[in-house]
Amino acid sequence: MSDFLTLGFLQRALMAGLLVSLLCGVLSVFVILRRMAFIGVGISHSAFGGVALGFLLGVDPLWTGILFSVAVALLIEWSLAHGRVEEDTAIGIFFAASMALGLVFLHLSRVYNVDVFGFLFGNLLAIGPRQVTEIFLVTLVVLAVVWIFFKELVFLSFDEEMAWVSGVPVRLLRCLFLVMMALVIIVAIYLVGIILVSALLVIPGAIAQNLSRRIRAMIGVSAGVAAGSMVGGLGASYSLDYPPGATIVLLLSVIYLATSLLQHRRRLTRKA
Amino acid sequence: MPEFAVATQNLWVTYNGLTVLEDVSLEIEAGRFVGILGPNGAGKSTLLKVILGLVRPTRGRVSVFGESPDKLRRQGEALGYLPQKPLINPHFPVSVLDVVLMGRYGRIGLGRRHRPEDVRAARRHLEMVGISHLAHRPIGEISGGEQQRVFIARALCVEPRLLILDEPMISLDACAQDDLYELVYDLKGKLRLTVLMVSHDIGGVARHVNDIVCLNRRVHVHQPPPIGRIPLESTFGCSVEYLFHGEIPHRVVKVHDE
Repeated sequence: MSDFLTLGFLQRALMAGLLVSLLCGVLSVFVILRRMAFIGVGISHSAFGGVALGFLLGVDPLWTGILFSVAVALLIEWSLAHGRVEEDTAIGIFFAASMALGLVFLHLSRVYNVDVFGFLFGNLLAIGPRQVTEIFLVTLVVLAVVWIFFKELVFLSFDEEMAWVSGVPVRLLRCLFLVMMALVIIVAIYLVGIILVSALLVIPGAIAQNLSRRIRAMIGVSAGVAAGSMVGGLGASYSLDYPPGATIVLLLSVIYLATSLLQHRRRLTRKA
Repeated sequence: MPEFAVATQNLWVTYNGLTVLEDVSLEIEAGRFVGILGPNGAGKSTLLKVILGLVRPTRGRVSVFGESPDKLRRQGEALGYLPQKPLINPHFPVSVLDVVLMGRYGRIGLGRRHRPEDVRAARRHLEMVGISHLAHRPIGEISGGEQQRVFIARALCVEPRLLILDEPMISLDACAQDDLYELVYDLKGKLRLTVLMVSHDIGGVARHVNDIVCLNRRVHVHQPPPIGRIPLESTFGCSVEYLFHGEIPHRVVKVHDE
C-alpha cells in the first residue's frame, strides 16, 4: 500500500513536472527574444498577492492568482504608457507592492495553517491529482495558442512597431502573451514556487539561444533542456534528499553556465 | 487634379507639452520620390509615424491616398516601412527569407500559415533588391548594406503604394549609399511607388529625389530646380549646417527665437 502511494506521488510529480517544463520551455523562447525576463520575475512575485487574496476571500487561489497577475501585468503596461518611468522601474515597484499586499492579505485572513513556504518555494512532491489536471489543461490551452499565433508572436518579438505597421493586431497579442505568462506562472508555482518560477521562464530559453540559430530549433532545445532538467533534477533531489524545485533550478543554471562557456570558447577559436 | 499620396492639414504633434510638429500642411503627389530633410529633433521621424498611423496627431488631419491611416490599415492596405533601426536584436534566430516573409503576415491573416505563393513573393522581392543568394543566411550574419536591402524587400512584400524610409543611409558607406539610392529609384519606377525618405544626407537627397521637404517643426516644400538660400534659412533656423545643392553650398546660421 505504501509502495503504491509512493509511486503515485512520484508519478504525479513527474507528470506535472514534464508538462510544466515543456510549457515553460516553449514560452521561455519568447520571453528571451522579447527581453521580458524581468517581467517574468515581476509577474511571478505579484502572484503571491493574488494567492493570498484567494485565502482571504476563501476562493481557489489558482483563479485569484491568475487574475491578480494579469491585473499587475496590465498595470505595468498602463503606467508605462501614461507615466515617464522605464519598464524595469515600473516592474520593481509593482512586484514589491503586490508582495506587500500578499502579506497584508494573509494577515487579514487570519489563516495560520497556510503553507506560505510552499508557495514561495514550491513543493513538487505534494501535488494532488487536481493540480495535475489543472496543469494539463493550461498546457493544452497555452501550447494551442502558441501554435496558432506562432508567426505573429515571432514578428512581435522581432519588431513590435513593424508588426503593427504590417497589419498585425499587436495590442491584442501583447495582452494574450501576458495572460499566457500569468497562467503558466501560476501552475508552475506548485512546482518550484514563486521565488524560482521565473527561472523556468528564463533559463531554458537562454540556454537554447546559446545553442541554436533557428527559432524552431531554439524552441525544441529549450523545451528539451527544460524537460531534461526536470527529470534529472527530480532524480537528483530524490537521491540527494534536496528540495526538488531548487535542485531543478540549480541544474538549469549549471547548464546555462556550461553553454555560455562553450559559446565563449567557440568565439575564441573562430578568432584564432 | 493630381492624386495625393499624402496630405496633411494643420498638423500638430505635442509630446509631454513639447511641440514636435507645428502646423504642418503638406501635399505629396502620388508617384514622386520625396526627400525629407531637417536637423536632429526636427520631427522627421514623427512625421513619418503620423503618416503610418503609429502616432496620433494632437491637432489637424492626415490622409494617405484620401483615407485616414487607421482606416487604410483596417482595409488591409499596409504601407511599406523601413524603420530607423530595423534590427533590434542582432542575434534574433531567423533567416533572411523569414524576415522578408514577415511583410506578408498582415495579408496572410491572423493564425494562418504562409502559403507557397507567399514564399514566391518573398523570393521575388529578394531578387528585386539583388540578394536572393542570401535567403537562408541568419539575419545577423550579413553586412549592414545587405540588411538594409532585406528590410526594403520586407517593406515591398507588403505590396504597398507608398514606401517610407527612415534614415536608410545612416550606417552605410558612400558606395553602398549610392547603390541604395539607385535601387530605390529603380523600384519606384518598376512598382509605381511613391517614396518618402528621411535623411540627414543633404547632398545625396538633393541629387536623387524629385521634391524636397524641409522640416524643422514647421515645413517648407521645395520643387527643384535649386533650393534657394532664403527659404532654407527660414527652415533650418536653429541649426548651423552646410547644404550642397547643385553647385551652390549654403550655410544656414539663423537662430530661431521662438
